[in-house]
Amino acid sequence: MTHPIPLLILAASTPNIDTSGFAKQIDLHLIDYSILGIYLAFIIGIGFALKRQMRSAEDFLLSGRSIPGWVTGLAFISANLGAQELIGTAASGAEYGIMTSHFYWVGAIPAMVFLGIFMMPMYYGSKAKSVPEYLKMRYDERTRTFNSVSFACMTIFSSGISMHALADLLHALLGWNYILSLVITSAIVLAYVLKGGLSSAIYTEVLQFFMIVFGIAPLAYIALKDVGGWEGLTAKMSANNPAAMHSWAGTADTANPLGVPWYGILFGLGFVLSFGYWCTNFAEVQRALAANSMGAARRTPIIGAIPKMLFPAIVILPGMIAYALSSDAVAGGYAIPLKDGVPNYNQVLPSMIFHYFPNGLLGLALTALMASFMSGMAANVTAFNTVWTYDIYQQAWGRKKGDSQLLMMGKIATVVGIVLAMGCAFIAAKYNNIMSILQLVFGFVNAPLFATFLLGMFSRRSNNTGAFWGLVIGTTTAVVFHGLCFASGNAPGIKGAWISPLIEFPKEMSQGFWVAIVAFSATFLVNAILSAITKRTKSDDELRGLVYSLTEKQSSENDPWIMRPAVLGTIVIIATVILNIIFW
Amino acid sequence: MDLRLPIGLVFTIYGLLLSGYGFFTQGSAMYAKSLNININTGWGIIMLIFGLTMLIFAKRGGKS
Repeated sequence: MTHPIPLLILAASTPNIDTSGFAKQIDLHLIDYSILGIYLAFIIGIGFALKRQMRSAEDFLLSGRSIPGWVTGLAFISANLGAQELIGTAASGAEYGIMTSHFYWVGAIPAMVFLGIFMMPMYYGSKAKSVPEYLKMRYDERTRTFNSVSFACMTIFSSGISMHALADLLHALLGWNYILSLVITSAIVLAYVLKGGLSSAIYTEVLQFFMIVFGIAPLAYIALKDVGGWEGLTAKMSANNPAAMHSWAGTADTANPLGVPWYGILFGLGFVLSFGYWCTNFAEVQRALAANSMGAARRTPIIGAIPKMLFPAIVILPGMIAYALSSDAVAGGYAIPLKDGVPNYNQVLPSMIFHYFPNGLLGLALTALMASFMSGMAANVTAFNTVWTYDIYQQAWGRKKGDSQLLMMGKIATVVGIVLAMGCAFIAAKYNNIMSILQLVFGFVNAPLFATFLLGMFSRRSNNTGAFWGLVIGTTTAVVFHGLCFASGNAPGIKGAWISPLIEFPKEMSQGFWVAIVAFSATFLVNAILSAITKRTKSDDELRGLVYSLTEKQSSENDPWIMRPAVLGTIVIIATVILNIIFW
Repeated sequence: MDLRLPIGLVFTIYGLLLSGYGFFTQGSAMYAKSLNININTGWGIIMLIFGLTMLIFAKRGGKS
């Protein structure tokens, strides 16, 4: 079994692929292909097994609110676990050290718990099919359209970018043909989403979650052994990069790896960016809306928070070890690949996998990377087809359309969404700048949206005028502010200061945080002020179930005490605080 | 569909496959990569235990 079989898809020429650092491409053996093949067979099988349940548009797009909480909870976290997330987190682990954990413990957990305890009663209870539809119920059609159109574009572009990232990786590491990798992986996602709709996306996301954990976790074990255990790691780090061993200790000012002080981390990342993403992104919220009861829906993000809290151990830790090992590399030992003489952090995770994993485990890890890509992509596609069908198509052209027509439109949107995403992948492959611009745009969209939700869900005074103009003016303010600020060392242009270089930030990271904070604050103020000086557009009766103070308190008496959202959420928050103290 | 069934099946198959492969490749030079640990066998057994546990839960859940 040790003879390599010919590569499945052979290499051909492809534009601008970064293969630096990989002296030789990796040979996969029959065992590795078997592991990959079994995985693919199972996810397609799940799609076919669920096919019989897909009778109506609601089954296909919303799973008919039928899925248990532990499944939606793990799918919630898996939807966010794209390949870029894994690779990017390991890269940040090497570059920034333990401060990377802020993206989990500050930038995810509090928002997830808040969503479950305080926002889900309105999301799930209002019976909205999507996040934009909630906005329509709470405010009006204008605000919904603003959100549905921007969200639809964003999901297509972000799945395109992550498809590009995966095909690029497969090409660089295994020599697989870029275009074939792209087409085949997309075709597989298309097959199971088209057969089993949202249910098969959610079910496969849970399988993918376990694949990712089992495929990546052994890396932390072997790498930790290689560096001489936790003691070995701390010894090497305190000699070479002591700041990387603390999450908070260096945050009194900007002289820390992220270049952001503690209040910027708490308000920018911990509040605006993370709540903006986790509490309003429909690709996430949709998982909870598919849950089979209010209790399960509220537990969804909180259950997801538990593995999210522990994920740094399997992705950030290997990144930090990569840095430690490279800082005094021995011949034949692991070192971070260099590009133009500087460490290429994005290669940390793949290069470690190929350095440490023998065939067998290698196939498992590779399958895990592909699984992470597919889960992220399926999440985007299922969110896109729902928003397209209900919030754009039905609203604009299909008010009188029957269910079978909506089901057909949902399926067409699935195919078109994947094809458009592939188009974006090709654009991303050709023009690197486009990716930077888009990532920037995503930063503008979520923060204003979160301010709108915060006022919409927790103030009955906030009205339609305030919501719409808050979004428009807040987003515009973000664009203008971005045009006035830049990170040290960046020339004016796409990365900021294209109007005038007025404000300087130490790093791109801190610039991003502050753009989001400004966008949030502007939206919040405009919404609050306009709502205060104009008439209310909806009465208390119309807002029942949509605003927190006008929504019946959820009774969780029937759940075992540990499963009550408030109890579970409190436990998760306490555990997160303890982790922050340990790694202070 | 009880999701524990397919998850249990996948990881039982992976566990058998990987630990079996590890068993037959004992002492192979490729384990120099993983610091001379036969990680395939060890990790295969852990996945097998996880897979079987899921299957047992699926069976119990199916009855009730």
